[in-house]
Amino acid sequence: MSLLELANIELRHGLLEAVRSVSLTVEEGEVVALVGANGAGKTTLLRGIAGAHRPAAGTISFGGSEITRTPAYKRVAMGIALVPEGRRLFANMTVEENLIVAAQRSRAGRWSVDTVLEAFPMLQPLRRQRAATLSGGEQQATAIGRALMTNPRMLLLDELSLGLAPVAVEAVYASLRSVIGEGSTVLLVDQDITRASAIADRIVCMLEGRFVLEGRGSELTREQITEAYFGLRRGEVASA
Amino acid sequence: MTWVNDVIQGILLGGYYGIIACGLALMFGVMRIINLAHGDIAVLGAYLLYLLLEHWHTSPFIALLPVLPTMLLLGYFLQRLVLQRSLRGGLLTPLLATFGISIVIQNALEQGFGPNVDSLGGQVGSLVTSAWRINSEISISALSALIFGSAIVIYAALQLFLSRTTPGRQMRAAAEDPDTAELVGINSHAVYALATAIAVGIATLGGLALALRTTFSPYSGPDQLIFAFEAVVIGGLGSSLWGALLGGIVLGVAQTVGAQINPEYSILAGHIVFLVVLVSPRGGLLTLRSARGARRVMPTVTT
Repeated sequence: MSLLELANIELRHGLLEAVRSVSLTVEEGEVVALVGANGAGKTTLLRGIAGAHRPAAGTISFGGSEITRTPAYKRVAMGIALVPEGRRLFANMTVEENLIVAAQRSRAGRWSVDTVLEAFPMLQPLRRQRAATLSGGEQQATAIGRALMTNPRMLLLDELSLGLAPVAVEAVYASLRSVIGEGSTVLLVDQDITRASAIADRIVCMLEGRFVLEGRGSELTREQITEAYFGLRRGEVASA
Repeated sequence: MTWVNDVIQGILLGGYYGIIACGLALMFGVMRIINLAHGDIAVLGAYLLYLLLEHWHTSPFIALLPVLPTMLLLGYFLQRLVLQRSLRGGLLTPLLATFGISIVIQNALEQGFGPNVDSLGGQVGSLVTSAWRINSEISISALSALIFGSAIVIYAALQLFLSRTTPGRQMRAAAEDPDTAELVGINSHAVYALATAIAVGIATLGGLALALRTTFSPYSGPDQLIFAFEAVVIGGLGSSLWGALLGGIVLGVAQTVGAQINPEYSILAGHIVFLVVLVSPRGGLLTLRSARGARRVMPTVTT
């Protein structure tokens, strides 16, 4: 049984169909990268899985139970955690408070304030600082730590590298590898195809709300992804 | 020396305004709801105490024991059943909803208790009459001191709650970013209901203070709302918790000093200070204009 199953999911922003009848399954322990241009519907899809955006049609199942209508805070307790685009930390709270506040509906597991600070040593001296005063990379680390605090079965990562200095991106991805190395299930969105394919088992390319290319990272060529990314071969749904 | 006394009396009066303003500031800070029924809720609390004391001859402070939990529950369900639904309709709908609740409470109280003024001042014995005489000009009444002390305790307790407890931290998170709060496992509807319950509970304490220090009628609510609102605005419009108490003190001092100039100027002086703060570029004593333009809610409430 797959951990996450999306069946014909449709997500709208008013009249705009951001995600059009998309189906996806993610197995336990799998790392899936979602790539695509701006406005392809990646963020909306992640928010739909996390419960922040109600689907107009389709069903979502997680761990065998249907969660299409389950509110976001209950999905957290079931084991879905989203690191949102732009970090979205609670700016007036300290790093430690940002972590603690996510522990309320935490599942049992190894992540606590101490283990998160161990995994991201750069946060250790900053634990009593207000989140607003952190650098972008430190904020991103805090945001990932906050998601880990819920001890998720599946981690959704949205645009980790957005707005970060290249050095900070390196640091964030380096600590992410140590997390993923421990067998977590991850669905990540990134605009950087090279980085995404380096980390993911499987790549899904989105264009205008649809999946246009899907395959194992090793099987897809860069050209194939680029074509799908920019919609160079319209109408042909490729599958590797 | 009379001026010194005026300022002292103004500060003490500010304690009362601070209590009345506290719940208003909390609801605005957490949910961006301006509760136009806030003053009427305080008066409703006063009437519940009055009703209880008609049948049960005891101290109003003991009567709080059943009344306060009742009002907390009322606040919880007010949020769950009315305000939460109205929040879906944008910013204007909750305003209209609380305006309607205000009218309902006023008319229900008039139906139940008649249009006369009442007071609980007679039920607390010497508390209302005793005072500490510092010198020939300055004396501090025991009741004003008690109300001011209660204000400090209420604000300190709320600060501790918001900074040290799990529901308090959740409240600050939901106030800052409700969408993200849900994504880290916070049920924002439950948090909002708790915030409203606390606001209504503190308003009840304000209602008791009102009933002890003066008289009240079913139509006393809007006046209390105006003073509370002025205190919140002078203090920086929900940008800081203690700002509302500070705003209440500024308002109280303005009123007592105004009254010293001419008794007719008392309320007017308060309104003038409010208007000056409202049109001033800084807009509130404790407002910190954020360069990011982000919503600033209770930044002082950090550990």
